[in-house]
Amino acid sequence: MRHWLSFDPSRRGFLGAGLLAAGGAVLTAKNAAGQSGHGAGHQATPAAGATGYPDHRAAHGAMITIGDVDSERNGFDPTAMLTDWDTGTLSTMPDGRRLRTFEVTAEDKEIEIAPGVMFPAWTYNGRVPGPALRAVEGERLRIVFKNNASHPHSMHFHGIHAARMDGIPGAGLINPGEEFVYEFDAKPFGCHLYHCHALPLARHIHKGMYGLFVIDPDPTRHPDQADVARSRLLGAPENAEWQEMAMVMNAFDTTFDGENEFYACNTIAHCYAKKPIKVIRNRPVRIYLVNVTEFDPINSFHLHANFFDYFDQGTTLTPTLKTVDLIVQCQAQRGILEFSFKEHETGLYMFHAHQSEFTELGWMGMFDVVEAVS
Amino acid sequence: MNERLTTESLETGATPASERRRLNLLWLLVPFAVLGLAIAWLYWANPLSSFNNGAPPVENLTVERTILDQAGLRLLVRAGGSEPMSVAQVQVDAAYWEFTQDPPGLINRGATAWIIVPFPWVLGEAHAVTFVTSTGATFGHEIPVAIATPVVTSGNLVSQAVLGAFVGILPVVVGLMFYPALRGAGPATMNFLLAMTIGLLGFLLVDTIEDAMEFAGESAAIFQGPAMVVLAAAASFLLLMGVSRREGRPTGLALATYIAIGIGLHNLGEGLAIGAAFAAGAAGLGTFLVMGFTLHNITEGIGIAAPILKVRPSLWTFAGLALVAGGPAVIGMWIGSLAYAPHWSALALAVGAGAILQVVIEVGLYLMRSDGRGSSALLSPPVLAGLAAGVGFMYLTAMLVKI
Repeated sequence: MRHWLSFDPSRRGFLGAGLLAAGGAVLTAKNAAGQSGHGAGHQATPAAGATGYPDHRAAHGAMITIGDVDSERNGFDPTAMLTDWDTGTLSTMPDGRRLRTFEVTAEDKEIEIAPGVMFPAWTYNGRVPGPALRAVEGERLRIVFKNNASHPHSMHFHGIHAARMDGIPGAGLINPGEEFVYEFDAKPFGCHLYHCHALPLARHIHKGMYGLFVIDPDPTRHPDQADVARSRLLGAPENAEWQEMAMVMNAFDTTFDGENEFYACNTIAHCYAKKPIKVIRNRPVRIYLVNVTEFDPINSFHLHANFFDYFDQGTTLTPTLKTVDLIVQCQAQRGILEFSFKEHETGLYMFHAHQSEFTELGWMGMFDVVEAVS
Repeated sequence: MNERLTTESLETGATPASERRRLNLLWLLVPFAVLGLAIAWLYWANPLSSFNNGAPPVENLTVERTILDQAGLRLLVRAGGSEPMSVAQVQVDAAYWEFTQDPPGLINRGATAWIIVPFPWVLGEAHAVTFVTSTGATFGHEIPVAIATPVVTSGNLVSQAVLGAFVGILPVVVGLMFYPALRGAGPATMNFLLAMTIGLLGFLLVDTIEDAMEFAGESAAIFQGPAMVVLAAAASFLLLMGVSRREGRPTGLALATYIAIGIGLHNLGEGLAIGAAFAAGAAGLGTFLVMGFTLHNITEGIGIAAPILKVRPSLWTFAGLALVAGGPAVIGMWIGSLAYAPHWSALALAVGAGAILQVVIEVGLYLMRSDGRGSSALLSPPVLAGLAAGVGFMYLTAMLVKI
């Protein structure tokens, strides 16, 4: 008997195929659903405003993860991460060149990637994404890398360096308990990344071993565009007015089946939707954006109600794309976004991946454009 | 009272017999004490810690009820993990949705909780719900066709009762109406009719066990579905055998009543299935299908009438038999449409299977006895023809409704 009734999509035609008066229950149910099918969706928004939910609720209603992530337990906060640049320690070499030294340690750590959902991550310095390293073009860089984790790891920098500094097996890939020092010149300037290059690569990247690696242009090397270069140079007066942010588009496959359950910008699903990023209206915004999403071929960034200039890989001082509101990045692709809300009203402006699936699985946030940070 | 007895026996001085009894009681305590100590040691000394290899706990989650209404989705989930588990997030169609859980917090092993999602579902379309636990494990649940879950309104109950009467009561009544025509039946016809009853009941037995097993497969692992079905069927079989044999082998009206009970329990299962199909949105019941069910069930009435051809029951008795056999279809449809958990349906069907087995055996014995030839009667041409007719009719009419 059950087999006769088990669902077959072609059977839906039977709904219209002459119901017995006895089947009136079906009709009753259908009418009720016809009303509720719309009711449930359209009531959500006004209800949210009326019941005093946060403003961001007005934008996405009930379609969001529930609860908050314990940043204290994680040891990193996605909002603080936006501006938390690791500039290392500066010293001068005997030949007078500037030497910048970073210390990075690989460790296993269980992190909360979405409210209530724990993920057994592999981390650099206990955070995912790893520290956002920032240097200046032409400096000598020394990265002291310790492996305190349970598997072999490395740091493979997207930059220009010697083969023995490449962070692949046989060139800076180290076993647990070992240490390696990567050393090379900071070039070319731009928005880059580093990641573990141990095998299997997909597992090591997906588990959390990646981070931003930004090299600011040295204005003296770009006399034609010295002003632009200075605006990119962290610490320069011209840079101070920019609201700079580090964003890493990543995702987590909590079931290890090759498909992501959570997508995010800076690890925590929906973090900037629940806690919008404050942006001062009349100051320009610069985002250092990298995509490290595993398993999906591309990721993207879409800004609502505004357009931006895009510097692919950040290796130029003039935009590679002008006036766009959407860019796509394959894995390890990155770039710099520059825009301003100067001509806008204050309010909440959304940004997200424009693959709806990624958006709805966590990669969505809001800029809260204000006159002044209170 | 017990205390007083004990003190009295102490005062009067224990006899050797009561002393032996007390000693026996003491020996009975020993195994329990050992078991208690072993459990206590397991918890306090934790000797299994060396097996703790860092693997996450095993988790399991079964959706037992799905209710769609104006507020969205409500799903009753039962946890079946090795440890209490928590539903951290809920996706509907690959998007995270806010939800509330009642009761909130961790769900203990074997316990249930309602997950309430204010999701604007779309009539007639499919939705997929995914539960993400705190370990990141996911459990999926499919809503093949979204329709509002029928609610208990007088209108709904009446229309379901009408449908239930159509597939349950009407065919039994029609079958019983053959009674006057069959009354003059000779021994061969009698054997044929009884054998046909066995054949149709055999078909129902297979059908019921199959359905019970399917529901069992959908129920939470903690209920051990297949074992539960077999045990419940065996228990109902033995219970009914025991009850029916208290006053000797059932014949005539008693046998007809047991047949009606067996068929009634089967029809309860059919009603549950139709009701559940309504609730799941799968029941696009067309006229053709309903007529198929009705035809399919007509032999049930003939089967009930067969043992009472030699007695003259009152009209009320016929009405009672029809209600016992067909009425449960209505009750089943009411219960099933409220989307009750699959293990209850499996249990009801298993009880029905046991009841059908009981009547198959009783009708067989009755046939042998009334024929007078014993077991050789079973291989006589009318009986073989009757068996074939019963099974064949059920099989062929099932084709009408099999899609």
